[in-house]
Amino acid sequence: MVGLLQDKDRVFTNIYGLHDWGLEGALQRGIWNGIADMMAMTPEWICDQIKNSGLRGRGGAGFGTGLKWTFMPKQESERPHYLVVNADESEPGACKDREILRNEPHRLLEGCVLACRAMRAHDCFIYIRGEYVLEREHLEAAIVQAAEAGLIGSNTKIGWDVNIRVTHGGGAYICGDEMALLESLEGKKGQPRLKPPFPAGSGVYGCPTTVNNVESISVTPEIIRRGAEWFAGIGRPNNTGVKLMAASGHVNRPCVVEEAMGIPVRQLIDDHFGGVRGGWGNLKAIIPGGVSMAVITPEQAEGALMDFDSLKELRSGLGTGTMTVMDKDTDVVRAIARVAYFFKHESCGQCTPCREGTGWMWRVMERMVTGEADPKEIDTLLDVASQIDGHTICALGDAAAWPIQGLFRHFRHEVEERIASYRARRPHVQGATLQAAE
Amino acid sequence: MSVRRLAKEQPTSFAFTPENLEKAKWWMAKFPPGRQQSAVIALLWLAQKQEGWVCEPALRAVAELLGMPVMRVFECATFYTMFQLEPVGKTAFVQVCGTTPCLICGADKLIETLESEIGPRNHVSADGRFSWEEVECMGACSNAPMAAINDRYYEDLTPESLKRLLDEFRAGRTPEPGSQIGRHGAAPVGGPLVLTEPSLYDGSRAKPIKLPNAPEPA
Repeated sequence: MVGLLQDKDRVFTNIYGLHDWGLEGALQRGIWNGIADMMAMTPEWICDQIKNSGLRGRGGAGFGTGLKWTFMPKQESERPHYLVVNADESEPGACKDREILRNEPHRLLEGCVLACRAMRAHDCFIYIRGEYVLEREHLEAAIVQAAEAGLIGSNTKIGWDVNIRVTHGGGAYICGDEMALLESLEGKKGQPRLKPPFPAGSGVYGCPTTVNNVESISVTPEIIRRGAEWFAGIGRPNNTGVKLMAASGHVNRPCVVEEAMGIPVRQLIDDHFGGVRGGWGNLKAIIPGGVSMAVITPEQAEGALMDFDSLKELRSGLGTGTMTVMDKDTDVVRAIARVAYFFKHESCGQCTPCREGTGWMWRVMERMVTGEADPKEIDTLLDVASQIDGHTICALGDAAAWPIQGLFRHFRHEVEERIASYRARRPHVQGATLQAAE
Repeated sequence: MSVRRLAKEQPTSFAFTPENLEKAKWWMAKFPPGRQQSAVIALLWLAQKQEGWVCEPALRAVAELLGMPVMRVFECATFYTMFQLEPVGKTAFVQVCGTTPCLICGADKLIETLESEIGPRNHVSADGRFSWEEVECMGACSNAPMAAINDRYYEDLTPESLKRLLDEFRAGRTPEPGSQIGRHGAAPVGGPLVLTEPSLYDGSRAKPIKLPNAPEPA
């Protein structure tokens, strides 16, 4: 068998788009099965089931999905409740939600209906990134199909009416942050709001709102159908269930695949991704889940598991579970410098540490790539990074600092060698002659 | 942040086509009464689809439709990088991803190809038909490197296949989007190793079920 997970335990059965993504194919694969029974349950029961399953948010932060749902008010008032699905997948490396959106749109819609029931909401927005044009077309078509079949919209035959609408972004990574997403959804530029108030108290249009990732929402109906124990029985405590994982970069067969949480990183790469290009010995570094997570070394990867806690112990993180693999030919300093440019480009400009800091870090990183720097600047860079980390409204500042901190944790010697060799070739550079004289 | 300004040369007027006006109304109806501002990104996108880029009169037209201050529309158009504030190539507008996962898979070679085939970045070729820009991650990393041409994703590119695609566009054809090495979506080369179990697709999942853990009816 390939990997840990058996086919019978996979949720996303059309992840490669080999079957019909429309309603007919969806029904055949068991989507929408038992939905009326689910709607007959109380919101408390649904939330308990999701809590018992141990499902943690699949968008990167890993907050308990069931717990998040319980934050919504227990009574409906004149302010409608909203579910907002975060389909603004923009983290470099992450490419999993796209497969759900284009190949399993009905699974997402079904999850929206269930989540809306659990939080007493009748309104749902799916905020999809603007570049996903084909994916948006599929989603819109699926909504029409589901409405015609009486599954969503008003006066449905399943006993709970949910109005699902798709809206899209404009190519801003920052809108993946839930508070920026809400701003953008209201037709403003996506600059994150301060918390509190939290969305469950005052979200979109000032109404109680919950924002969930596409994958978190899409797996919930299957949890109810099979039971929380089934989901909780996969993986290890606090890191349960199935998860879409992916690889990009230097593996022989990059792809997206659904696996059990806690699969060893090496087994995942060897079984599903065809191994590292040139063999495991040719591995230089792995970014485990989206570029904001710090790099890990082959030695660390050897014993690591693909789950929240294991990767956190390595001072990195699971993130979205979509790794970028780099072999020995990779210029890892340049790779991280490009990450720094990404964050500089995507900073919304609201908080000074991030607006000024990301640009500054990128410019210094570019000089580190060529070695045109002073060895002392490494510590200055790390100092600046630590002043951005945790000092901004949203997590983009942290996300910009972590990859750079991770790089110097493991590859500082490489940058120092680069600086030394740059200086050795240029005796007029201050400090180089001193070094030669010693 | 990226500095973005409106183009120096602007047309004198802009009006949505009747068809697009219909679409704009459809978008506005998606949001609760009084919240039509929520449709601003969608309407700017419609304007961009109509003209190829977002011009200053279009900002005014959108502001008028949505009943919001022009400056708020201006903010959105300059904040969201998907909006092209200058004209782009009419036949093919190539957006090549240059972020790390694509970079380590050879995006810089694609950029060299575009430089030699089309010219410098963010400049429309002399005949007005082609232009290209480097964009940040497009979310197709398992199929890196990739480029979006006229909003469709072309994946698993090499300089040769990119060149071939451009030739197709030059000849007035629209090549098939997706993987250019024959992969199916995000499945691995050579086809998927998983999801081979026939019972997943034969309808046995659609049989009536009883929800586990359901409370006994009182």
